[in-house]
Amino acid sequence: MKAKLFDYIDRDNFIFNLSGLTKLVCFICMTFSVMFSYDIRYILLVMLLSLIFFKMSGLQFKQIKLMTIYVIIFLAMNFFLTYLFSPQYGIEIYGTNHELFRFSGRYTVTLEQLLYQVTKITKYASVVPMGMIFLLTTNPSEFAASLNRVGINYKGAYALSLTLRYFPDMIRDYQDIALAQQSRGLDLSKKEKLGVRVKNIMNICVPLIFSTLDRIELISNAMELRGFGKHKKRTWYVAKPLKKGDWFSMLFGAVVLAGSLALTIFVNGSRFWNPFV
Amino acid sequence: MEKKLFEFKTKTIVATGLGAALFTLLFMYVKIPTGIPETDIQTAYGIGAFFAALFGPIAGGLIAFIGHALSDSIQYGSAWWSWVIASGLSCFLIGFVYPKMRVEEGVFGKKDIIRFNVYQIVANAISWAVVAPILDIVVYAEPVNLVFTQGIVATIMNAISAGVIGSVLLVLYSKTRSKKGSLSKES
Repeated sequence: MKAKLFDYIDRDNFIFNLSGLTKLVCFICMTFSVMFSYDIRYILLVMLLSLIFFKMSGLQFKQIKLMTIYVIIFLAMNFFLTYLFSPQYGIEIYGTNHELFRFSGRYTVTLEQLLYQVTKITKYASVVPMGMIFLLTTNPSEFAASLNRVGINYKGAYALSLTLRYFPDMIRDYQDIALAQQSRGLDLSKKEKLGVRVKNIMNICVPLIFSTLDRIELISNAMELRGFGKHKKRTWYVAKPLKKGDWFSMLFGAVVLAGSLALTIFVNGSRFWNPFV
Repeated sequence: MEKKLFEFKTKTIVATGLGAALFTLLFMYVKIPTGIPETDIQTAYGIGAFFAALFGPIAGGLIAFIGHALSDSIQYGSAWWSWVIASGLSCFLIGFVYPKMRVEEGVFGKKDIIRFNVYQIVANAISWAVVAPILDIVVYAEPVNLVFTQGIVATIMNAISAGVIGSVLLVLYSKTRSKKGSLSKES
């Protein structure tokens, strides 16, 4: 269990040099364009784009290997559950019925269901590289600064930057406490009964939580002494000024989003692309 | 001191920041498997409820929202927004109990336990059995009976987590605080 969060290593390339604000805007635009559309053609286009960006960012696959495994498990689970609960949902959406083969009445495999579920998988998979680029190429402190720039109250943004700052500390504390308790004979594995395990987990969480409460007191006192929150505005040390590349990228993100909306409204007439009619 | 429902002072900000870090950590690593696959009890919701009761709806809501979004992003690369919003909403609603609580003065009796749990169960039911499934349908066009089944399971699991862990933590915390007027003058 290592702190993989924001495994941030500074690099000098186009994606890294963009400001956090730009990356946030592009991430939101591309996520929403895919979230909204159920047109597999457009989703595949966005997927291709995000893979290109991933290549451009110079990130290594081994950095995201673990995430990828989680994503695949999650998607497989979702695929299976959707089929288990609503094997005929595709027919409901597309309004036609193209049977492929049947093995029992309810679980007949149809082309519509297949399209619906494959679209859904690509939908989730296509934004994953974007999310990873955003997480791994953005300086955490700069991220808070950029949230403030998009109009989020600086106190809220500061709370987020505190989260990012203290997360690794907390993981370390948790490990220390867990190891200390285990060396005293606390068993967290499946060998123990559920009730006992809950109690043992609480034995680790309670010291962690109470030390966090102490820390809250300490930090808020320190911040108050330095006059935090006195003024309506705040400047950020790490905020980057926007350059030409930033404006260009944001424009690009907006075009992707607009494309998705235009496709939905003018071409398909609904969120779904229906090749069956 | 009078407690306002929506106050956002420095302490609330810091509590939000650190609480969200704690929430993320627990959400990722500290789950209690129940034996039924994919339905672990998330201890994080117990912490979310605890912080909501101590620091109010804004802190609670932000803690769960940031914490859930962050842990999703770290694990999966992107967040499942409908559930992230439901997370935030559940802890936001639990936070409404905040002005009525006097835990930091060492007061957390039977009445308070019941009150906290009533708030907590209502909040979880609204967020997980109603809002999360509806958002799933609207945002992601998920099949209706799947999301409602998931929603009801999530309601039960999160209510257990918030009820047991949240209440236990509040009782323990109230015991560490000295009661108002607990000192008496020696004659």
